[in-house]
Amino acid sequence: MSDTKFSKDHEWVRLEGGIATVGITDHAQNALGDVVFVDLPEVGREVAAGESIAVVESVKAASDVYAPIAGKIVEVNSGLSDNPGTINTAPTTDGWFFKIEAADVGEIAALMDEAAYAAYVDTLA
Amino acid sequence: MADSSTETLLETPLASLHRELGGRMVPFAGYMMPVQYPAGILTEHLHTRAAAALFDVSHMGQAELVGEGAAAALERVTPADVQILKPGRQKYGLLTTDDGGILDDFMVANLGDRLFLVVNASRKHVDLPRIESALPAGVTLKPLPDRALIALQGPQAVASIATLAPGIAELAFMGVGSFNIAGVAALVSRSGYTGEDGVEISVPAEQAEGFARALLALPGVQPAGLGARDSLRLEAGLCLYGNDIDETTSAVEAALTWTIGKRRRTEWNFPGAERVREELANGAKRLRVGIKPDGRQPARGHTPIHAPGGAVIGEITSGGFGPSLGGPMAMGYVAREYAADGTALELMVRGKALPAVVAPTPFIPHRYAR
Repeated sequence: MSDTKFSKDHEWVRLEGGIATVGITDHAQNALGDVVFVDLPEVGREVAAGESIAVVESVKAASDVYAPIAGKIVEVNSGLSDNPGTINTAPTTDGWFFKIEAADVGEIAALMDEAAYAAYVDTLA
Repeated sequence: MADSSTETLLETPLASLHRELGGRMVPFAGYMMPVQYPAGILTEHLHTRAAAALFDVSHMGQAELVGEGAAAALERVTPADVQILKPGRQKYGLLTTDDGGILDDFMVANLGDRLFLVVNASRKHVDLPRIESALPAGVTLKPLPDRALIALQGPQAVASIATLAPGIAELAFMGVGSFNIAGVAALVSRSGYTGEDGVEISVPAEQAEGFARALLALPGVQPAGLGARDSLRLEAGLCLYGNDIDETTSAVEAALTWTIGKRRRTEWNFPGAERVREELANGAKRLRVGIKPDGRQPARGHTPIHAPGGAVIGEITSGGFGPSLGGPMAMGYVAREYAADGTALELMVRGKALPAVVAPTPFIPHRYAR
């Protein structure tokens, strides 16, 4: 999808009407392994870009999830608490984490596009 | 763990097989080891409890102790009763420090004409010199670096491997014997680190890959990595050296007093006997316990444990999610007055108090062949 952007922390960001939906990439879920728990931020919280605001736990380990842009959390994916495995099976659709009302939508434009993210992941291999 | 990029990592004889099977290789105890295969930790774990899984544990240290009085010699560095061990039998024991800490945990088997030892990969460089230093003339320690060690674990493990060597089905739990399996001279013990029935098999390194392929070709057998090995052993309530036991913890604190032989508790002639004796008489200040966090959130190693609303009373040493348990589980040390099953605790996870309770282990009942 051309309007999906990516962070170096392996999050994807999709902007619709000033609201950015955020999740983790397929590369990230694959590296984490089977997800068993997710700790999501509170709705209404103001977050800074790069701030650790969620935690995803796999069988193996716990990993931080960062706010890719500044703004206010307006919704979280509460379905993940009962079905955290959705993050593995549908990371870029039903496995979304939270929605941020962007403080500055320009921040999103500065993130990587799909091709740039794919090239970035290749440098990590 | 030491920074792996600056040290040379070793490989086991199965390294190329792991890569062929799609194993995700990670540094562990100085070796590149598969943490998982494409099936993933959860699937590998559940498959082990449902059928049979093959684990490469060739990184572990194997050695033989040969000579008249080998058992008595080994007792100079362990509180285990080694002399009582009959031919064809194996037991679990601890190597102790002079201060009563745990130098390592290990397996010892009586092979009739010699003892066979298996020690942790991360500790073999400490254990072997320690054992060596205690030996009288006539008893020699022979490291076996040219042998691989393969575990086949799960309720179908023994039935599967017995199609290649029927005698294996006759071994009792912790029984040991030599078998010819698929043309390979193998030393087999009915034991493991998963809580399931199964075997651990020592084979010559140069034949290990062909041997592993023969086992993987058996019905129901799938490969499993270190990730599943860790979640399986934690569900089974078994200690991991370096996490749950180390040179600071005693056998009494670790709830491993049962590894100290009855005779040894009258002789008190093992390293660190003074501390063990004092703790048995007066009670240890802290004890290793099983812990079940409420809800689904795991608490990992080094998580501080508090009395509810109160002070720090201990620390988690291993923690994660139990795939068969269907929830989080942990073990750790708590002050003795908080060690009774059912005691309420709080685990400080990322600054938030997570309610938990002291729980009996194993979290998943053992299914050994008794």
